[in-house]
Amino acid sequence: MMGSYKGKGMGNEDYSGIWVFAEQRNGQIKNVAYELLGRARELADALGVELSAVCFGHEVDDVNGLIAHGVDKIYLVDSAELGDNQEDLLTQQLVELVQQHRPEILLAGATALGRAFIPRVAAALPTGLSADCTDLDIDADKRLLLQTKPTFGGNILAVITCPEARPQMATVRPHVFSLHETDGSRKGEIIKVDFKRERYTSRTKLVEFVAEVAETVKIEEADVIVAGGRGLEKAENFEMIQELASVMGGAVGATRVAVDEGWLAYPHQIGQTGKTVCPRLYIAVGISGALQHVVGMQTSECIVAINDDPHAPIFEVATYGIVGDLFQVVPLLIEKLKKR
Amino acid sequence: MEYFLTEEQKTIKSLARKIAEERVLPVRAELDEKEEFPWAIIRDLADADMFRVFVPEEYEGLGGGCLELCLVVEELSRVCGGVAATYAVNALGSYTLIEYGTEEQKKRYLPDIAAGKKLTAFAISEATAGSDASAIRMTAEKVEGGYRLNGTKQFITNAGEAELYTVIVLTDPSRGARGASAILVEKGTSGFTFGKEEKKMGIRASVTRELIFRNCLVPEENLIGREGMGFIQAMRLFDRSRPGIGAQAVGIAQGALEAAVDYAQQRIQFGQPIISLPVVQDMLAEMAIQVEAARALVYAAARTVDSGARKITEESAMAKVFASDVAMKVTTDAVQVCGGTGYMKDYPVEKMMRDAKITQIYEGANQILRNAIAVELRKRKARTE
Amino acid sequence: MNVVVCLKQVPGTTQVKIDPETNTLIRQGIENIINPFDTYAIEEGVRLRERFGGKVTAISMGPPQAETALKEAISLGADEGILLSDPAFAGADTWATSCTLFMALRKLEKYDLIICGRQTLDGDTGQVGPQLAEMLALPFIAYVSQIEEVADGEMRVRRMVEDGYEIMESSLPTVLTVVKEINTPRLPSLRGIARSKSASIPVWGVEELNADPDKVGLSGSFTRVVRIFSPQRVCRGEIFQGDVEDQVDCLISRLKDDGFL
Repeated sequence: MMGSYKGKGMGNEDYSGIWVFAEQRNGQIKNVAYELLGRARELADALGVELSAVCFGHEVDDVNGLIAHGVDKIYLVDSAELGDNQEDLLTQQLVELVQQHRPEILLAGATALGRAFIPRVAAALPTGLSADCTDLDIDADKRLLLQTKPTFGGNILAVITCPEARPQMATVRPHVFSLHETDGSRKGEIIKVDFKRERYTSRTKLVEFVAEVAETVKIEEADVIVAGGRGLEKAENFEMIQELASVMGGAVGATRVAVDEGWLAYPHQIGQTGKTVCPRLYIAVGISGALQHVVGMQTSECIVAINDDPHAPIFEVATYGIVGDLFQVVPLLIEKLKKR
Repeated sequence: MEYFLTEEQKTIKSLARKIAEERVLPVRAELDEKEEFPWAIIRDLADADMFRVFVPEEYEGLGGGCLELCLVVEELSRVCGGVAATYAVNALGSYTLIEYGTEEQKKRYLPDIAAGKKLTAFAISEATAGSDASAIRMTAEKVEGGYRLNGTKQFITNAGEAELYTVIVLTDPSRGARGASAILVEKGTSGFTFGKEEKKMGIRASVTRELIFRNCLVPEENLIGREGMGFIQAMRLFDRSRPGIGAQAVGIAQGALEAAVDYAQQRIQFGQPIISLPVVQDMLAEMAIQVEAARALVYAAARTVDSGARKITEESAMAKVFASDVAMKVTTDAVQVCGGTGYMKDYPVEKMMRDAKITQIYEGANQILRNAIAVELRKRKARTE
Repeated sequence: MNVVVCLKQVPGTTQVKIDPETNTLIRQGIENIINPFDTYAIEEGVRLRERFGGKVTAISMGPPQAETALKEAISLGADEGILLSDPAFAGADTWATSCTLFMALRKLEKYDLIICGRQTLDGDTGQVGPQLAEMLALPFIAYVSQIEEVADGEMRVRRMVEDGYEIMESSLPTVLTVVKEINTPRLPSLRGIARSKSASIPVWGVEELNADPDKVGLSGSFTRVVRIFSPQRVCRGEIFQGDVEDQVDCLISRLKDDGFL
């Protein structure tokens, strides 16, 4: 695998089109794939090339639906053995397809799966890869993908390119691109690829999956998030946050401090060491707005901050702010919302 | 201040600080509040080889002296005086064995002490014998198969948690202090039980209980050294251990000084940080001078102990008395600098003030030690006349 | 069981700033540490050795001063350290880094397991583990939170995924990346520090690795950093005035206008 070194001299003009790896889990295509397709369609138009999706799985729901998200071609590999995303198989299959069809750009979600196997694809091809990007752009003249990725925990952003090797690869953080309107009238083509199991080896085996997060609303997918921080003072006060969230039809989030204090479980944690979320509305209650938290929510469409400290940095990212005692503001807000 | 510490001493000090900051700091308020014995921290200290510091190399220790022990105690105390007491008492409970024990006794116990597998304690105080340690009443009667122990020891640090106790008892009550002997007793020996846990003002992360002996039979081989030497052994032990109390006091004071400076820098009053007020500057400067002077005296006393000098009573008493008085003064002033906030339990200085008090009291109340120093002065004067 | 732990020395903070004149990171005055995620890898390696015997080899690519990170790994229980250092290695991206580690591992004797941290504090990529596995043609499991069993050339681990965990099995040797949930790293010990001070850390450069200079450092890297910058904050929004009642009313009316209610 170390033999075919770099695409140097092979002629980058041989490579064309943008591919998005449409990750499925339990037969459902993940949201991040649709988010990526929205942005990838724009990039493909800027380059004047086709957009393709690659989907590996078994009896995946609504593969056709990818077309409405802007896809021209879908490479679909359907096999019972691909259902549980064995990474050895995914890696080898994707490498083979890329070598065959030569896309100039390959994108995938920076999910647990994407961040685990996409680097292996890049190493095997071999080509450059940037991880966990938060923005993508095109330098149309040079046909280069400009990949913006956070480093130093989001305190520094770097723009990365892959000038020579192809494809240019990036994993992209979920929720950084918003979903585009779908277009049901779009035409596209599904190319079914035979899965030749005998050609591949799998050395790791999934024995069992155990679901651990028993949340009613997943914060990564929520349109509205009400989050609490140190200002809540104790676990019981999160009931107030819970109530506001349920009145708003949203999910509950928390800062690291609140989770460290044991007021809420880790799956609710938002920020550098927790989840990155991008809801339409984010209500930050008793949250000072430490950078480590803000990097996880700053792309929210609308941010409301309720805090008694007018100098709290959360107000710098807030769309709307109330400087006041949250123990007065929140109950009143709940009361008035309920009356509506 | 340059104290000319060796590379190894600097390593010990910085590792002790790392443990204090990473493992003790996050739990110190909880340990204080709940009066919980800090087992998890004891394991961390053991893993880091801290119990090897005061054990000779032949018995799997690192062969450090009084100064090395003081460095660990100082750094632990900077964060929590209670955890430091729990640790330091292990040296107190081991010294008599190290100095007077037989090869067999040392081989039997010291490797486990060095590894932190067995904690130790030292017991001399009784209800009727505090500052007047010679007034002890607990007896050890020579019987067939060993000694039969009867009596109660009071205010024993690490009691109940330690596995090995050095107990000062009367093997010959008729001779008073000259009839005292040091005897090793293992936890679990029949007839040996513990009283209730005392509720304390400070160093609440350490445990203090009575040792209760009712016809407790220990084998003859548990005697340390010779019969009748117990009181002398204990006095010599305290001469060596008092710089450690001084180190505890220096650490507590250092922690309080740092907290006060932090607070004074953050606290805005009259439109400026209070550290820019001359009255506050004056207090902080005085605190810093006191702490550094105490540290210099404690290190010097520890080095005197390590030099092998025979007469060290005065030096070690001076270090303990001076440093503990400094700790009380500095922690009280730290609370003052921090004002209302400092008085609250959310802020660490009130705990430091409570922790500081014991350093003026135990291992010889400061009044007793000043008296001992004065006695030496008079003796010297008498000799020169 | 012989374990290789890959680690990186990184600046001990993420609060770094960019020098506006040179557009490079200001590294002055920042202490270097072992990448915190890698300390879990070291600890897990040491625990495996304590259970099964063998040795733990820590390996790192970096400038000469990265020796201190390897010495620290020894103070934390690793048996030996190897530093991959050469001016030619500078500027490596994850591919060139993985390639350099790959060449070093080829030189090592038998090993059963390679453990990496899940990502670094500075680069945040998490790519070196899987890329190294691919180059070595070894199985790879990411985000391991528990090693459940090791026996007969096989291991069973628990690894974290978004909505729970998976029990995975793999043949040995294998490459793992570990998450912080896997253990609590121990502190160094005095004896460990003494051992680390006397340990000599071999330095392998281009020559020792018999490396193709085109595959290491900047010239071996596929990617280029075009520019770095600090993220910009969204500008300050609207702060509602008046008493609590007014403020809450104002908020509700804005949220209604914006279509959230």
